[in-house]
Amino acid sequence: MRLGVKEELCSGCRVCEVLCALVNRGECNPKLGAVRVKGLFPEPGRYQIALCDQCGECARVCPVEAITERNGVYRIDEELCTGCMECVEACPRDAMFAHPARKAPFKCIVCGQCVAYCPREAIYDVEGEVVRK
Amino acid sequence: MTIGGYAGKILRVNLTDGSWSTEKTSEELIRRFLGGRGFCAKMLYDELEPDVDPLGPENKVVIAPGPMTGLFLPSSGKVHMASKSPATGGYGDSNMGGHFGAEIKYAGYDAVVIEGAAKRPCYLVVEDDRVELRDASTWWGKGSFETEKELKQRLGEEFQIATIGPAGENVVRYACITHDFGRQAGRTGVGCVWGAKKLKAIAVRGTRSVPLADVRGALRKGRQMFEACFSKPGFKEWTPYGTAGVTDWINEIGAFPTKNFWTGYFEHYKNINGQALRERILVTDKGCFACPTPCGKYSRVREAQRCCYVEGPEYETIAMVGGNCLLDRIEDIAYANYLMDDLGIDTISGGNVIAFALECFEKGLITEEEAGRKLAFGDLDSVLYLARKIAYREGIGRILADGVKAAAERIGGGSERFAIHVKGLEWSGYESRYAPAMMLAYMTADIGAHHNRAWAITHDVAVGRDAIEGKAAKVIELQHIRPLFDTLGLCRLPWVEIGFELEHYAEMFPLVTGLDYTWEDLLLISERIWNVVRCFNVRHIPGFGRSWDYPPARFYEEPVPTGPAKGKLISRETLDRLLDDYYALRGWDKNGIPTPDKLRQLGLEELAADLQRRKA
Repeated sequence: MRLGVKEELCSGCRVCEVLCALVNRGECNPKLGAVRVKGLFPEPGRYQIALCDQCGECARVCPVEAITERNGVYRIDEELCTGCMECVEACPRDAMFAHPARKAPFKCIVCGQCVAYCPREAIYDVEGEVVRK
Repeated sequence: MTIGGYAGKILRVNLTDGSWSTEKTSEELIRRFLGGRGFCAKMLYDELEPDVDPLGPENKVVIAPGPMTGLFLPSSGKVHMASKSPATGGYGDSNMGGHFGAEIKYAGYDAVVIEGAAKRPCYLVVEDDRVELRDASTWWGKGSFETEKELKQRLGEEFQIATIGPAGENVVRYACITHDFGRQAGRTGVGCVWGAKKLKAIAVRGTRSVPLADVRGALRKGRQMFEACFSKPGFKEWTPYGTAGVTDWINEIGAFPTKNFWTGYFEHYKNINGQALRERILVTDKGCFACPTPCGKYSRVREAQRCCYVEGPEYETIAMVGGNCLLDRIEDIAYANYLMDDLGIDTISGGNVIAFALECFEKGLITEEEAGRKLAFGDLDSVLYLARKIAYREGIGRILADGVKAAAERIGGGSERFAIHVKGLEWSGYESRYAPAMMLAYMTADIGAHHNRAWAITHDVAVGRDAIEGKAAKVIELQHIRPLFDTLGLCRLPWVEIGFELEHYAEMFPLVTGLDYTWEDLLLISERIWNVVRCFNVRHIPGFGRSWDYPPARFYEEPVPTGPAKGKLISRETLDRLLDDYYALRGWDKNGIPTPDKLRQLGLEELAADLQRRKA
């Protein structure tokens, strides 16, 4: 599975944010989701979706090598992470997230839940393995 | 116990001295009134004395999401705003979508209560535990859109912001609150109360989690709810047009407000319907929090002198600014929509008042000199001109800014016959002379003539439009179900428009809260709230009772002149019959006052005692 976005389909409902946090962190809190939707209003009137494309820049800048790749997906080892937030700064997609209640940042691990439940199919699996329910 | 779905605290902000405090959300309040509209009604009943001036510092604004606001379930983005209404003098509230309500929950609050009045323009910033009142002089006088845009730039993109426009500042009695560049708390003049308190805006950002009683259960049920929505035919058919999609049907049944409710059919409706919107001006669909069926249509008008971005027009704006003012192009309606949003005028009341003024002009009750120019139905410039006059309370706008009821009293000449309101609140987008249940719904809606308490027109069409029998019962049933959404913090449209089943909410409620309430228990709470609001009106409006529940004479004396409902009206005798049925089924007396027995049965002993005291 590889995630892609079609921003022109997004209607800004943020189901992806709230579901991601619930599935991956067990909490009802969109700011713990590893995806972020931003509305560009009043003009031009469209949405941006900040979602990791697994480019690996975070792993390259991590000073303690807490971010590693397996099967094309980068994950953070929260034990090793010192919370320096260099990866948050470096992420070219603004898709590495921090939260005041957590020491370590967090990112998308391609669980595919947002693909299954995005009402607009604005987040999709490029490889077509997972589709919206 | 900790009840899930609640953030746990209520924030009170006093604008007079700039102080603020928090209190625990009481378990008793939760168990008896749930949240949202329930909190609004109960707190305002308890905290406002009957002689409170809606525009005075003693009036309060309660802003309350519900226990299901902001959660992973379809369309959980609603927030309720209420105060003693400057439009009616009774209980007033309005419900708003977008992301504001969810953000309040995530900041840690089940309600925000605004008290007092500031001396200088201010805005409130809430970021989790940080609460600040700041000077808003920079934005006083500016439009809603510019204010929101600049506050976002200043505070950060993640802040959710609600603002008033110049109409609120100038205490236009039906001024609205705007959020997310196009969602409104439009009705009953809550924006006017903000303006009277010199509150320009509220900005909220929250980073907290909302506790759930059963996290795994709520996740499982939430998934099932979204899957159920996706599987409905209406999910694909209804969504592209949103509320504007209803324009055709309403014309086909002859219920479209046209020329100040003169008739119920507008021959140019195909030029202002959902298709016209989608094909000619749509930029993007724009949804509220967690909504799978975004009815928000974000549009762009590109015409000489009239370029704008605007969310909408919604059906209500198409009806009230379109048909009711005879504007026959979707672009014209969209531009008027933009102007009224930016000025901060509710497009429902605004469209109604402007149409009333146009009819007065046509009948010679407002002269060219008084108006400051010639006015005409179907003329966009007349509509824009009046909207500005109203927002700034200039010239004829001084009279019109007080609403259609007060304006008719000033203008006289029999204009009260076509001042289309109930209880002082302007009628919204359904002409009901051939729809007795819908007529009764407007007559008895607790805030005045608003459609959303009971959209009974589909029932009229389904069971027979001449029938009277059973209509009161249906209206009451809807008046308990629909406001329950406002109480839980949800949008009703997935249920209304795509047939998403109510059972889903009943199953979700205990998973979220841990309370073992059945759907019937929840409906009983909704009935309790309905009665609290009725008692609020008895307490606050001198002489309140049956006579406040009638429509204007146009609806029982003038038959519909054209269209599918031609020749129809609902006689005064039939209106009486409808009200008799309704009061009897509600357990109210012939004057429409809740009986002590009914109040006790609903667990409202304190209100029963209060009413008794007032009688004595």
